[in-house]
Parts: sequence; C-alpha cells; structure tokens
Amino acid sequence: MAEIEIKGVGKTFRAFTALHSIDLTINDQEFVVLLGASGCGKTTLLRIIAGLEVPTTGEVWIGGRRVDRLPPRARGISMVFQNYAVFPHLTVFENIAFGLRMQRLPKPEVVRRVTRTAELMHIEQLLKRYSGQLSGGQRQRVAVARALAMEPDVILMDEPLSNLDALLRLEMRAELKGVLAASKTTTIYVTHDQVEAMSLADRIAVMHGGDIVQADRPVEVYRNPAARFVGSFIGNPPMNFLPARALGEGRWQVAGHDFVGPRSAAPQIEFAIRPEDLHPAEHGLVAEVRVVEPLGPHTLVTATVAGVMLRAVLESTLVVAPGDHLSLAPVADRIRWFDPETQKAIT
Amino acid sequence: MPRLLPYLLLAPATAFLCLFFLYPFSLVAIDSLTRDGTWSLANFERMAGHWKFGPTLRNTLLLAAIVVPLQLTLALLMASMVTRLDRARGMVLYIFAIPLGISDLAAGLVWLAIFEQSGFLNSALSGLGLIDTPQLFLGYQSKGVIFTAVVLTELWRATAIMMVILVAGMGLIPKEYGEAAEVFGASRWQRFRRITLPLLKPSLQTALILRVIMAFEVFAVVLALGGTNLPVLMSETYNWQFTMQERGVAAAYAMVILAISVGFTVLILRLLHVPKEARP
Repeated sequence: MAEIEIKGVGKTFRAFTALHSIDLTINDQEFVVLLGASGCGKTTLLRIIAGLEVPTTGEVWIGGRRVDRLPPRARGISMVFQNYAVFPHLTVFENIAFGLRMQRLPKPEVVRRVTRTAELMHIEQLLKRYSGQLSGGQRQRVAVARALAMEPDVILMDEPLSNLDALLRLEMRAELKGVLAASKTTTIYVTHDQVEAMSLADRIAVMHGGDIVQADRPVEVYRNPAARFVGSFIGNPPMNFLPARALGEGRWQVAGHDFVGPRSAAPQIEFAIRPEDLHPAEHGLVAEVRVVEPLGPHTLVTATVAGVMLRAVLESTLVVAPGDHLSLAPVADRIRWFDPETQKAIT
Repeated sequence: MPRLLPYLLLAPATAFLCLFFLYPFSLVAIDSLTRDGTWSLANFERMAGHWKFGPTLRNTLLLAAIVVPLQLTLALLMASMVTRLDRARGMVLYIFAIPLGISDLAAGLVWLAIFEQSGFLNSALSGLGLIDTPQLFLGYQSKGVIFTAVVLTELWRATAIMMVILVAGMGLIPKEYGEAAEVFGASRWQRFRRITLPLLKPSLQTALILRVIMAFEVFAVVLALGGTNLPVLMSETYNWQFTMQERGVAAAYAMVILAISVGFTVLILRLLHVPKEARP
C-alpha cells in the first residue's frame, strides 16, 4: 500500500519560485501524470518526491510515513530517468541488479529478480551487454527493468519516452501501460506530451507556473478544463476562445450571436469551444476560411470569426477553399466559459 | 593535394620532435651503450656495481611508492570537495593550485626554510618552550626526517596537478548517474566507489601517469632538503655527469629512469584500461 500525499510543497531556488504550494493526493496503485510545459515545475515536484531535491516548505508522505527529510533509498521508490542513466561501466545484468545488490539481497534472489524483469521487458538476450552496445529503446527497457526489479511501492518516471523516436514511443507507451498495471505500483509520470498523458493516466495533474491547475481524469481535463490554460494546452489543435459581451440575464453576445451562458456580473467573459465541436450549420458563427489542411480522417480549417483566429475540425467530405465563408455552429452542451480576469472556468 | 595536406601540416611538429627529442635521445642511448668508441655494457656495469646504486634506486622507488598513493587519495578528496561546491568553486580551485605555479627548486627552498636549523619550525618550537637549542633536523644522521620532509614538500607541491585533472574528469560524469545510484540505494561512499571511481578511470590514468613519471624524476626538492644525503636517480645522473665527469654512466642512469617510467606507464594503462564497449 503506497498512497502518496503532498501537502503544501513549495520550492524556491534563490530568487526563483519553482513550486508555490502543491497539494496532491495520489491513491495506492494509481497512475498519475504530471503534465505541463517545460519550466512549469513538474520535474522539480517529481525530484522532491524522489528525495533528490529538498522542499522549501511542505511535507511529503508515502504509505503513511513522512519522507521529505529521508534519503531516496529510505522511501521505497525507484525511478526511470529522462536520459535513462544506465551505468556505462556495468553490464545490463549488473545495471538491473544494482539496487538489489545495494540491499544485500541473497544471490539467487538477485538472479531471479533480474531474470524475471529482463524477461518482462524482453531484454533477456542483452544481459551481458554494456550500455554502449544498446540502442536508445533497449536502454530505455533496461532503465525500466532496473526500476521494476526493486519491486518498489512507487515508480517515478521523468519523461521516460521523450528521447525515443515517434514509432518506438508509441510501442513503448502501450507496453509501459501494461507492465505498470500488472506491477501494481503507484506511478507518477512526468511528461510534456499531452497524448502520452491522456493515454497513460488514471489522473492527469496539469501544472502551470509552479501550480497544479487541475487534477482529474483525462476525459474530464479534456472536456471540462478548470482553467483557460488547460483548454489552450490540452487538445491538438487547442480550444478556441472568442470574446463574449454581457447582454444581461445570463445571455452573452459572441460574434454577433446570442448564447445562453453563466450568470456573471462581468461585462465581458470568454466563450470557448473545441475545434471538433464546431459543425457547418445554418445560423452559425460566420467564419472566413484562411487555411485548409486535409488530414485524412478529417479536414482542419483555420478561419477568422469577427477578426479572431479559430480552428475547426470538419468532415473530410466537405469541399471548402480559402476565402470561402462558412457558417459554423457550436454544439450547445460543449460550450465552456472562462473569466478573463481569473483565467478560471465559469459554470 | 588534399590527401597530403594532413601530413604536410603534421610535418613541422614531426621535424621538431625528431630534431629535439629523437635525435638527442638516440645520442644518450648510444652514449650509455658505448665506451671508448666500442659497444659495451660497461657503463651499466659501472653504474650497478657502485655502492650508491642500490640505495639510490630504493630511495626513488620508496619515495614514489609513498608519495603517489598519498597524493592520489588527497587529490580525490580535494576534487570531490571542489566538485560539490556550489559557490566560490573557482576560487578554491585557484587556492589549491597555487603551489603549481612554484618551481620545484623554490618549493624545496620554502620547505628548507621551515626545517633548517634557523628555520621556522625551530623558532616555533623554541617559542613554545618545547626545545632549548635549535635542532638539526636535516642532518646526515637523520635520513628519516629528510625523507619525511621530501614527502611533505612533494605533497604540497604536486598534489594539485592530479586534482586539476580529476576535477575536470569528475565534471564529465553526468549528474544523473550519481542520482540514479542514490535512488537505487547507494550510500555516499558506495556512490564514490561504484560509480565515480570506475567512470573516472580515464582521468585517473592521465593523472597517475603524469604524476608517477614526475615522481621518478624528483630532483631539486631532494637536493634542496637533503643535499647528497638522500641520493635519488636524478641526482645520481647529475653527479655522474658533472662531478664524476662520466657521461656514459650518467646516460645509463637516464636510460634506467626511462625504462622505469615506460614500465609504470604501461602498467597503469593496463590496470586502468576501460574496454571500448564499457565506455560512456
């Protein structure tokens, strides 16, 4: 059992505040992805959980034990590093066995665990090789095997797939998901790749400027962004935003059309819609087409609505050319509203 | 032309080496192997037969055997400290490296000023009331003290050269290896022993070869502190050349120094060899 509790964790490097005050509870065996752009503090948070960084404020609890002042080895964790950190002077076998030897496990147990994890990661034929004789993908497998061999309560992963080429990344992603689910460990996974986050996570914690902006199931994060940043960061292409002017009584004017929205005292808020939730229909928003990109299953159209850039994912059967005028109607229950002051969602 | 260009560019350096290194070297080699114009091993026989040869060889090897391991340990310690510093790293490195800027003779004289009869050590001891009259520390009867003084001077003078090389080598080891080892349960000592040291092998090689060769060529420091009381290979070479005026025997000594240096260089290269596949 390893529930992780992060209570008010902050980190300041000299004049720079990397983390403000993070609160996050991760359930036993849960797969949580820390997602954010570079510099958002996600790696710092992971390193604090690992014990490679000491938090300036706050507490970290793993499995009911306060660990933020303990060295990494006393925390029951193991880690996969971004550059794998497979020791070049040791064979694959010795790399996987490294942590087990440090724990002074009996030799037969070391051999048993190394063999088992090597088979799990399909690298049993590489055990005698050195890191320099491996491909990037194989090194990645060694790094994961080394982490699994520890049979830890918690596995921490710092952008483990970011150094692989696209095809390999796809393959490893699926494999990691299977292996980690079977290992029944709690996993914290750092990435800047939203597709990776969506496909792997039980829960995504979106980070921005040293704060967690939203932590929820992937579908929730996608469908109901808690903040404008989440909508603009997740989704490819991201959410469209249009200014909405108050007409009173919860009615808002967006590009010359009336919409029913939240009851807010603000004179102006933002109307938001995902590109795939716009459909050609009569009496929609009038959009002047700028760029048409046929992508196969659908066509990506970039257009302007009342001078604001907007993207729509449309049926590939639609015949449209730059300069055309389209009438695009948003799916009513997919419209979201944001407060431009607080950047938060209004419901 | 482009195919010849690299050789052309190397030619001046090659010519320089041939003229100023290979040529004099062969002259010395020939000197050591000839006597009165004929080939013979007489010079080597004369060298080895002299009563001073045994102590000379023993002194030199013993000095190297004591100084080099001590320096290696100290240099590793200093390099680890410097590497770990966040601030003032450059300054600490400079301070550690100051003795490097002093010639070996000057270093010998500095320590002579400490140990001699009217030196700092005597004034300090008498100032503290520990001795009544100045002591003769470096007399011909106290070879142990002379030897210790030479060891101290060598440590003070030449540890930094190893440290500088090791600091550079440690800087090349990615931080992630140490962090990975830490996460997987290695203590500070285990990280040093199992990660830093093996990955430092190439730098250790360079530092050791450089230092070991320097140790066999120790001369001015010994001369300053011990005069003729502590004969070493280099001082004997000097003696045979200039005092005894026997060029051939001096050349034989030079050849012995060369042989020992080459021997140890090969040994160090072997012992600290990193197989190609195990290189980062």
